[in-house]
Parts: sequence; structure tokens; C-alpha cells
Amino acid sequence: MVNTKSPVSKWESSVNKNMIHLNYWALAWVASIGLLGLGPQQLWNFDISITLMAILLNVSIGVRMIVVYRRAVRGQDEMQQKIFLEAAAMTLGILVVFGGSYQVWGAIQLISFEPQVWHLVSGAGLTFMICLIARTRKYQ
Amino acid sequence: VKNQVKELRTKQGWTQAILATKLEVSRQTVNAIEKGKFDPSLPLAFKIARLFGLAIEDIFQD
Repeated sequence: MVNTKSPVSKWESSVNKNMIHLNYWALAWVASIGLLGLGPQQLWNFDISITLMAILLNVSIGVRMIVVYRRAVRGQDEMQQKIFLEAAAMTLGILVVFGGSYQVWGAIQLISFEPQVWHLVSGAGLTFMICLIARTRKYQ
Repeated sequence: VKNQVKELRTKQGWTQAILATKLEVSRQTVNAIEKGKFDPSLPLAFKIARLFGLAIEDIFQD
């Protein structure tokens, strides 16, 4: 009798596990950014030692998130890795090209607000997501 | 690169998901290989050939 069921392979469950870990660490990192942004004023009244601990916590979680992210990408199959690489390359290119000029847009009064680093980070995240979806569709 | 992956898989009565599990890749990757949208690396091509008991050149053609 022909088996038509598709059991979840060890590889597949490992990929899923990596993605779940990545989500947890990304959430923890965002929470630590929030703590660092709001904590000094709202929670510990600019106590420098607590602020330093919050920075250390944020950096530690960030480093761990990078390690988990790397593991998640390395655990993917070769086509997924190719899609990731293409999206990352596109994002880096766009970030370098537009990021360079974006910092002077405020000074030359092209935009009415002050350019912020988080604009670039958000833009890079959005660009990466769009590129990832576009590249994935290409291989469908 | 053209290939016979879909024909060989169908002959075995396997779904794309089953073949993906055996090759340890995603179902999307199997689909892309079958449609000729993604060319597998040499190690993956060897794995596919071993799975079907054929030579690489019997499955993949220029």
C-alpha cells in the first residue's frame, strides 16, 4: 500500500523549533529596547547603574538573538537560504544607497522632520520583508 | 536545467511533501525543482539520484 501521508521530518521539526526560538528572542529584544527607552525616566529615575544594566541586558539579548537567527538561517534548506541571501543583499544595497542620502534630507529641507536611525531600521525591516515575499513568489 | 523529478515522484506514489521529508527540504523547494525554477546543488542532486536509484544525468538534463 502506498503511503501518502507526510510525516514531519526531523529536519522540519528542527526548522520549526529554530523559528519559535527566534520569535521568542526577537520579542525579548524588542521588550528590552522598550525597557531601555522608558525605564530610566519612568521606572528608576535615571539611576545610571540600573541604566547600564538595562543596556547590558539589551546587548546580551541582541547578541543571543543574532546567534539564534544565524542558526535558523543555517538550518533552512538551500532554496530558503538563497531567498534569504537575495533579500538580505537587496536590503543592504537599498539601505546603503538611500541611507546615505536620507541623513541629509532634513538639512536640505526635503522632509519636514528630523531623520532618525529607527526610520532606517524600520525601512530596512520593511524592505527585507517585501524582498523576502517577492523572492519567495518567484520560486513558486 | 530540465528534470524528471515530478515523473519519478509520481511513479513512486509520493506527494511533494513526502519527497520533501525524504530529502530534508521544504515542500516549496521540491515544487520549485520540479517546475525548473530552482536548480538544486550537486549534493542535493546526488541525494535525489540516490533516492530514485538513478544517475544524476538520468534525472537532470541541460
